[in-house]
Amino acid sequence: MYKLLRNPGHMELAMFAGIDPQSEGIARAKKLGIPTSYEGIKGILDDPDIRIVFDATSAKAHVRHAKMLREAGKIAIDLTPAARGPYVVPPVNLGAHLDKDNVNLITCGGQATIPLVYAVSRVVPVRYAEIVSTVASRSAGPGTRQNIDEFTFTTAHGLEAIGGAEHGKAIIILNPAEPPIIMRNTVYVIPATEEYDEAAIVASVDQMVAEVQQYVPGYRLKDAPVFDRRRTPWGERTVIAMLLEVEGAGDFLPPYSGNLDIMTAAAWRVGELFAQHLLGIRQEVAA
Amino acid sequence: MKALKPPRVTDTTLRDGSHAMRHQFTREQVRAIVSALDEAGVPVIEVTHGDGLGGSSIQYGFSGTSELDLIEEAAKAAKRAKIAALLLPGIGTRKELAAAIERGIKVVRIATQCTEADISEQHFGMAKELGLETVGFLMMAHMRPPEFLAEQAALMESYGADCVYIVDSAGAMLPDDVRRRVAALKERLSIQVGFHAHNNLGLAIGNTLAAIEEGADQVDGCLRGLGAGAGNAPTELIAAVLDKMGLNPGLDVFKLMDAAEYIVAPIMPYQPIPDRDAITIGYAGVYSTFLLHARHIAAEFGLDPREILVELGRRQAVAGQEDWILDVALDIVRAKRAAEGAGDAREPAAVERPAD
Repeated sequence: MYKLLRNPGHMELAMFAGIDPQSEGIARAKKLGIPTSYEGIKGILDDPDIRIVFDATSAKAHVRHAKMLREAGKIAIDLTPAARGPYVVPPVNLGAHLDKDNVNLITCGGQATIPLVYAVSRVVPVRYAEIVSTVASRSAGPGTRQNIDEFTFTTAHGLEAIGGAEHGKAIIILNPAEPPIIMRNTVYVIPATEEYDEAAIVASVDQMVAEVQQYVPGYRLKDAPVFDRRRTPWGERTVIAMLLEVEGAGDFLPPYSGNLDIMTAAAWRVGELFAQHLLGIRQEVAA
Repeated sequence: MKALKPPRVTDTTLRDGSHAMRHQFTREQVRAIVSALDEAGVPVIEVTHGDGLGGSSIQYGFSGTSELDLIEEAAKAAKRAKIAALLLPGIGTRKELAAAIERGIKVVRIATQCTEADISEQHFGMAKELGLETVGFLMMAHMRPPEFLAEQAALMESYGADCVYIVDSAGAMLPDDVRRRVAALKERLSIQVGFHAHNNLGLAIGNTLAAIEEGADQVDGCLRGLGAGAGNAPTELIAAVLDKMGLNPGLDVFKLMDAAEYIVAPIMPYQPIPDRDAITIGYAGVYSTFLLHARHIAAEFGLDPREILVELGRRQAVAGQEDWILDVALDIVRAKRAAEGAGDAREPAAVERPAD
């Protein structure tokens, strides 16, 4: 909501819907003069002018919403793990899905790490990609905590389906340090061959980081990719290690919760590209 | 003095020891160790990758032999003992747990950072549903006070744990730290309480005794202390000491001594001891498994493992954060270059280095 208000792009925030009239979100939206509804999806379905809906409820609720939104002719951008539509990571594959009526944003760890795996796999085939997402305990809500397996399944699948890895593995760690740590991700990639140009990989990764930074300003590599020899199931191989930090924009949530920020930023980006598509505007950025 | 009772001893040579073995245990080694432990009356034997089910990875080191194959081998070799597996939610999932159950585990030990017990609910739920005995592991328990730990333990109890352990993953606790934590759990819970020691400050046996004196129902050991960091409380030593205290739970002391001496010692790559780097781990309060990873990275960058480990402690790194070792090393290299006025901060990472 705050991202849309700060930078509406080609969108206009028409409604903020919830199910609890007493909720903090509804109160904040009202105060900002945004039309609100506390009848859940109904308020949205009743308004024919609404074309794009960001669903940040739960996987269970979205399964129901997806059908209703489709029937009402609206585009759903799904921030839950429901995955009724194809996975999208804006700088990697969104261009291929602008004709769909429902797209899924995978997980925060997926939005952070898949672009880097893809940056390698477009240079050299990737046999194996592994990511470790470390998020501050305070920024992991009850949904993530009670469904931690789904984070690893969904992210690992995204590394394969969108990142281009033959095999993907995801690990998530919650760190309770005070003050809270900024979201950190480590991406390890093992190429399928040892014959590749390291400089081309570094250049591809740098270019990808710059693309993600367009919508997540706090997205940065702490160092250039590290090429390290490790023992692997395929013999001793070079492992490419990338250390990534995602600092939130601090629009509403505290800056350490880059995990939440990258989801809302990606959602904004997806919404904007859909809006441009609906308006018949040529894409500003090849996606 | 309270009336003490003999604790149940779980041997985790084939899980915690997996760290020291760089996760290269073979089927033959598993068969020999499980048979010896089983013969000596050890009731529970843990067999898993050091970082739990699904731990085989770049982050923690790949397994030489699949842990599921090792579990199956162990289940075949054990006549009386139950085989256990470790599971860290966030690393392993219910998928690996289901596979391990199929291969013969009867106990699952579900481990979380001591502040994050609420990520284990779905795993306890599945384990209880499938009839397993369940143990909760509160890792890095030196980082939080006793009352806080009791709250987290109560969560695990509510999810279906049959026992909750205070886990001194960093080997950082003093005997009084152990006493107060075990006492807080005994007071709060209606289920069993356990304690898992590391020997980084040379206190593994002493701390294990402190836990037993506070009424701990279960304790862990490894033959020869084979485990992460300076290793764990040696199972044969726990048996000998309990026997002298009149608290032997049915362990054959001589058979355990023989197993440690003639089966485990010959296959160990090194004897874990509280050496300079391991003492640093206990002193700085960092995860014991960082030891070998920190040495590997330190050697590559020409750094002292101690400066990396101390910095990891300062950053409050928790269980499983091996990737921060590289991060800290790069930060130290960068700071040193900056101090020498050597310019490009991104340079060190691009330098080619030989394999270890």
